[in-house]
Amino acid sequence: MTTPSIITSAMQAAVGKVGERQTAAIERGAVLRFAEAIGDANPAYPDIAPPTFLRSLGRAVPDLPDADSVPRALDGGSEWIYGTPVHTGDTVEIATTLDSIKEREGKMGAMLIAEYVTQYVNQHGETVATQRNTVIRMGVPA
Amino acid sequence: MSEQPFIDDINVGFELPALVKRPTPRQLVQYAGASGDFYEIHYDKDFAITQGLPGVIIHGALKSAWIAQVVTDWMGAEGSLQSFSVRYRDMDVPGDTLTCSAKVVEKDEAARTVRCEIAMTNGAGSVTTTGEAVVALPTH
Repeated sequence: MTTPSIITSAMQAAVGKVGERQTAAIERGAVLRFAEAIGDANPAYPDIAPPTFLRSLGRAVPDLPDADSVPRALDGGSEWIYGTPVHTGDTVEIATTLDSIKEREGKMGAMLIAEYVTQYVNQHGETVATQRNTVIRMGVPA
Repeated sequence: MSEQPFIDDINVGFELPALVKRPTPRQLVQYAGASGDFYEIHYDKDFAITQGLPGVIIHGALKSAWIAQVVTDWMGAEGSLQSFSVRYRDMDVPGDTLTCSAKVVEKDEAARTVRCEIAMTNGAGSVTTTGEAVVALPTH
């Protein structure tokens, strides 16, 4: 007898869905505050943005149905591929796709591993970055 | 800032200058504000404890900024970060001393890039975060 899967059919159906597209202006003050917060005095900032700055623009991830069954979410890591640098004054369009979901047995029980791919495109239509982010979801500890 | 490195001079095994961070609770609040990540486990100790954590923990994304910084600090104005990845193996807490070290593990002469492996080590000597970066460097 196999353990019932934590992946519901509604969750499976959400794979491939794209969250709401968002547009963000790259503001000098925001880049400076970010560089200061991470403690990075690189003289290239704020003319260009630090590699992980894009993350602070937020993103709208597509809904994961039945997420209540796995309410605890942890950031498992990211992979970034960079194109054209992000300059202060740019306008960036952000779109996030739920790329895949799988299940794994962990120390604290069954875990849902969701992979999201976020595409960042500037006002010239150039891809500035692609981020693949892993989110680990679990039930509440007993 | 260090001097501009050139692809011609960098070989497999080269160790980048280490980056040392001593994050404080204040920095976590600062990062929460700058990044818009207001998840309470990063600044509200009581809440963090209800989530089964020992206390407040450092944002994964803040650690990833440092994993990138060890490389961007070194690559100079003419270097360009092509890709980087980060994996969280364990959590980190404010008050600790975190050291990011990186070394070149592969060189692509044709593409003029090097691949670096990056590790973040806590004060107790255990690696809590790992990463990889591909950097393009100029030629002489």
